[in-house]
Amino acid sequence: MTAAGAAVAPGNSRRVVKSVLTRIGFYVMVLLLGVFFALPMLWLLAAPFDRTPTLAAGVPDFTFDNFVRVFENPFVLPSLRNSLILALATMVLVVTAAALCAYALSRVHLPGRDILLYVLLLFSAVVSGTAAMVPLFLLIFEIGLINTHTGVVLVLAGGLMPAGIFILKDFMDSTPASYEESARVAGASALQTLRDIVVPVVRPGLAVIAVWTVVQVWGDFLIPFILLRDPELAPAAVVMFNFYTEGGQANLPLISAYSFLYSVPVVVMYLFVNRRYGFRFYGGIKR
Amino acid sequence: MSPSPVRSPAVDAPPAPGGKGRAREDAGSQRSPAEVLGVKGAASFVAPAVGIVGVFLIFPALWTLYLGITNLRLTGLAAAEPQVVGLDNVTQALSDPSFLNALWVTAIFVLGSAVIGQTVLGLGLAWLFRNWHGWGRQALEVLVIFAWIIPGSVVAFLWIAMLDGESGTLNALLPGGVGIEWLLTYPMLSIIVFNIWRGTAFAMLLFGAALNTVPPSHLETARLAGAGAWRQLVDIVLPTIRGHILTALLLVSLWTFNLFTPFLLTRGGPNFQTEVLPIYIYRVAISQGELGFGAAIGAIMLVINLAIALVYIHVLSERAA
Repeated sequence: MTAAGAAVAPGNSRRVVKSVLTRIGFYVMVLLLGVFFALPMLWLLAAPFDRTPTLAAGVPDFTFDNFVRVFENPFVLPSLRNSLILALATMVLVVTAAALCAYALSRVHLPGRDILLYVLLLFSAVVSGTAAMVPLFLLIFEIGLINTHTGVVLVLAGGLMPAGIFILKDFMDSTPASYEESARVAGASALQTLRDIVVPVVRPGLAVIAVWTVVQVWGDFLIPFILLRDPELAPAAVVMFNFYTEGGQANLPLISAYSFLYSVPVVVMYLFVNRRYGFRFYGGIKR
Repeated sequence: MSPSPVRSPAVDAPPAPGGKGRAREDAGSQRSPAEVLGVKGAASFVAPAVGIVGVFLIFPALWTLYLGITNLRLTGLAAAEPQVVGLDNVTQALSDPSFLNALWVTAIFVLGSAVIGQTVLGLGLAWLFRNWHGWGRQALEVLVIFAWIIPGSVVAFLWIAMLDGESGTLNALLPGGVGIEWLLTYPMLSIIVFNIWRGTAFAMLLFGAALNTVPPSHLETARLAGAGAWRQLVDIVLPTIRGHILTALLLVSLWTFNLFTPFLLTRGGPNFQTEVLPIYIYRVAISQGELGFGAAIGAIMLVINLAIALVYIHVLSERAA
């Protein structure tokens, strides 16, 4: 071993050193990235459970008191309820209208159908809430829906609808029309056929659109911020912003517990989707 | 369009007896399309979605273009009877230092956080993850995805807390008790780093899928020829996933260009240093009530969005051809 090893050593040891260095470099890089992505989130995990939360993340002096006290604030429960109302209403509207539309487009050959669909999708990417802020505000004002949840739901649904149609049409295209034809021959109406034959088959697609819509609306800030005036109507996204921008000393026990409560639903939905369907397929759908 | 952002797996759909193609042919050729759903039925099915999209997406876009050439204001004489002022708003914008400032700030923000930051870091993460399946990879991946899906107003406060001058975590970690007010001293850098943290997940997921399309045999050949990881990346991987890189660049730029989230961190300040175009429109149109001028800026943004989208479509169609 000694003689032969010594002879091979120079090239070999250089390769060993190089591979060790590569390994070290890899771990250093992973460690830095881990710190970068974890550091801001530590506070969200620690502060809500701390008896005296500060702005710095640290090991909490453990308590659940903040979660009890957070509900004493008059805006907390209504705002979470408002977020839920907006998210569910938009979800029902988008899933229903997009499914009907996608089904019709998938089964009937309208001239220029695919072009139309692409143009719609293009529109939804190009016409952002920020670029169309003024006309959206004026439109909702003119039709008397300013300061109502309905106005917010309609605007959000308009923006999310094209992608919903696009994805659902993909699902509908990959299911055979033969069962539906049998059902129609047996005398079922178009709506019955859709409900009893098509919906069960494309349920995964509907679930994807439903979860995606809820997550989008749950986090959206701009549209409710410009369309709602009453604090009682504001969803959690806006109330959270008000909590930390209103004057005076920031109420950290309130803000931390509230942030936690407001974030948990999306994290739970992510874990659900990830376990059930695998997240990476759907990763790209999020806008 | 292989890098489609809306690719879906259709997981539980039972395979059609004659495959996917048959169903389509049936509907198209031998049988009348009215068999499953009449044209009238189809129209009534399409109507709700088309109505909502038409009124709340397409109409506002066209109206922006019209409002942009008026002097409409939220209150006063110009609120009752707005005059058409043509391209005055655009000319006025182009000579307005605060608009030019917003344009410049937006350009730096998009370039720094989207074009360079999210795309490079997303590719780097996907590259690190390519042959790594341990718990460490899963933990890091979940962290990156959580940064992306937690509501914007929460992550904004997380960063405000971390960057705080007196008691923020960042200053506590830096040696020497520097006590820097990051959001006031380095506002641009702060929102750029924030947005990289916030949005890298999309590029990471996209490139993760893209790297699977690189044939392993090509990498194996390169490795046998003595190419290191870097050479493999530059010579083999990057040319193969060129289309995905363009997709990521364009989509991420489009989204970042329209992002209102910096408002939640800095509200455009201090002294307009982080006033990106979305915040500028909000300040001018909603806070100050100059609706016509705000709409003109919105129209300029729409045109830029459209240009980015058209480049994207052009790239996709070239790749398909």
